[in-house]
Amino acid sequence: MTDRAFAGGFLVATFADQRRLLNAVRAVRARGLRVHDVHGPYPVHGLDQALGIRRSWLPMATLAGGVLGLLVSLSFQFYVAVFDWPLNVGGKPDNSTLAFLPVAFEITVLGAGLATVAALLLRCGLFPTVREPVLEVSATDDLFALVLRWRHIAFDPQLERVLYEHGAREIVRKGFES
Amino acid sequence: MMPTARPRASEATPPHALPPRAPSRWIDADITSRQITDDVMRPLVTRPTAGWFACLGAALAALSLGIGMVAYEVTTGIGVWGLNRSVGWAFDITNFVFWVGIGHAGTLISAILLLLRQQWRTSISRAAEAMTIFAVMCAAMFPLIHMGRPWLAFWVMPYPNGRGPLWVNFRSPLLWDVFAINTYLTISLLFWYLGMIPDFGTLRDRTPGGFRRLAYSLLSLGWNGSARTWSRYETATTILAGLATPLVISVHTIVSMDFATSVVPGWHATLFPPYFVAGAVFSGFGMVLTLLIVTRSTMRLERYITVEHFDAMAKILLLTGSIVGFSYATEFFSAWYGGNVYERYTFVNRMTGPYAWCFWTMVGCNVIAPQTLWARRVRRSVPALLVLSVLVNVGMWFERFVIIVTSLHRGYLPSTWVMYKPTIVEVGTLVGSFGLFFTCFLLFIRILPMIAMWEVKAVAGHSAGAAHD
Repeated sequence: MTDRAFAGGFLVATFADQRRLLNAVRAVRARGLRVHDVHGPYPVHGLDQALGIRRSWLPMATLAGGVLGLLVSLSFQFYVAVFDWPLNVGGKPDNSTLAFLPVAFEITVLGAGLATVAALLLRCGLFPTVREPVLEVSATDDLFALVLRWRHIAFDPQLERVLYEHGAREIVRKGFES
Repeated sequence: MMPTARPRASEATPPHALPPRAPSRWIDADITSRQITDDVMRPLVTRPTAGWFACLGAALAALSLGIGMVAYEVTTGIGVWGLNRSVGWAFDITNFVFWVGIGHAGTLISAILLLLRQQWRTSISRAAEAMTIFAVMCAAMFPLIHMGRPWLAFWVMPYPNGRGPLWVNFRSPLLWDVFAINTYLTISLLFWYLGMIPDFGTLRDRTPGGFRRLAYSLLSLGWNGSARTWSRYETATTILAGLATPLVISVHTIVSMDFATSVVPGWHATLFPPYFVAGAVFSGFGMVLTLLIVTRSTMRLERYITVEHFDAMAKILLLTGSIVGFSYATEFFSAWYGGNVYERYTFVNRMTGPYAWCFWTMVGCNVIAPQTLWARRVRRSVPALLVLSVLVNVGMWFERFVIIVTSLHRGYLPSTWVMYKPTIVEVGTLVGSFGLFFTCFLLFIRILPMIAMWEVKAVAGHSAGAAHD
């Protein structure tokens, strides 16, 4: 086993219960170690804080998409109705801004929604693929997998004992061969 | 960016402090995550029952009838409908408003109840969202075929064209509808698919191989349940819910403006937007109840869709039904108090005219029948709810018919007064839209996970902690 392959390996501890998982995450971090990732079948409340995950900037993408939609739809309707082909519809003014608001609202929501989803998929690297993305198959079903990088924990001989004390069902090493 | 290894003081809680948690009212505490996956996957991997094939056969027959009728109408012209110079909208727009309204319950359950943190929505949200999408598809069909030349439907889009360019009229509520319905369909589809990505990941990892695994693999977008992905995912779904909430209200508001911005007596009312939105949610919950009562027993999902869920939905039915009843009363009051003779006559005509039987059917189904839901026994009786939910949809269909036809057939000028009678083509098209809706829904419950597994697991997991300790 070369050093390089050794450094790329993972230690995967599985938990059946979200609260044991949370306590284990806190214990690992309290020992000054990095948690590479936690994979689970559903979001666990409090895990963000326990892992130190910062607030996402996704709302900024929503705002940008919404503002873009609003500006494009309002200015387009204004251009069409006032400059390009003014039509007298029931004697209403060419620039009937109030009547343009419903379409502007819909396009604002559409822009904001599309931007949010696009930003989420890009940021999380979610795209159609046939690769096998999970280290522990049950992590999408019924178990939580606490994933630690070997190179972060190699010098803590007590760690496995600590994980078992916090209710780990099983601890396996993965990805050492590659 | 990796999180730093230095924990803050607040995170250093002792490892064995596990406070007990109250069990959830909506899901058994003893149900495991694996059990949830098994139960939700069962319809996807087992052979469909004879009952399912019978339902699909009936739905396909209705769909074929509808396709035949639409083909006849498109190739011949909308003269095959019973429309005339006075009544230019009738069955088609009734069906359009009816189907758009059905969709609203799905968005209410998936978006508004998500923002309100209502846990009971988790078991029913996926099916309700699917219902929304299929209902909006059915709805969109009717304005298209009413155009008479549906192959020119793209003319409603503002694109640079060789006719000037002559743009669409952005001041028209009918055009607002185009944007509202398309945005609604797009956002609903995104929301629906986004909600299914984690479940596709689960299905991928539980499917041994072959085409199904490949399909789930592609659809899951490489989902691995990472905590960072979950964190962003929850942010995104909350944002989408926040966007879908005003969107769904805007959709039926704009649909109501198709009527309210006109000067037709009986339509020209500022009450219309809230009245239509309440009616839409009312009919939508009626349809959700009908669908779920039938599917939960045929799909053996009684553990997930319980009487508690029906009870909660029945309360919303009662609330929105009462708002609808109150709106009817308000309409009559404004017609009387406003002193406009045309307006007054329209409402007298609704109650006592040739379409009075439609009006009284509407009142019976929408105002009187749901009031029985004050009784807890009715709210918790599945057969009673099934009957009520069907009645609600019959009533809400008649509501749109009454609004459209009674206002048009006797307008300002008595020389234009006519009667409207639907032809067999219109009735067949309505039947066909139900065929389309049920065909889509029946295929959905066999192909996609009809219960949001990860959301139910989260509710169950939240309460399971106490049981394990």
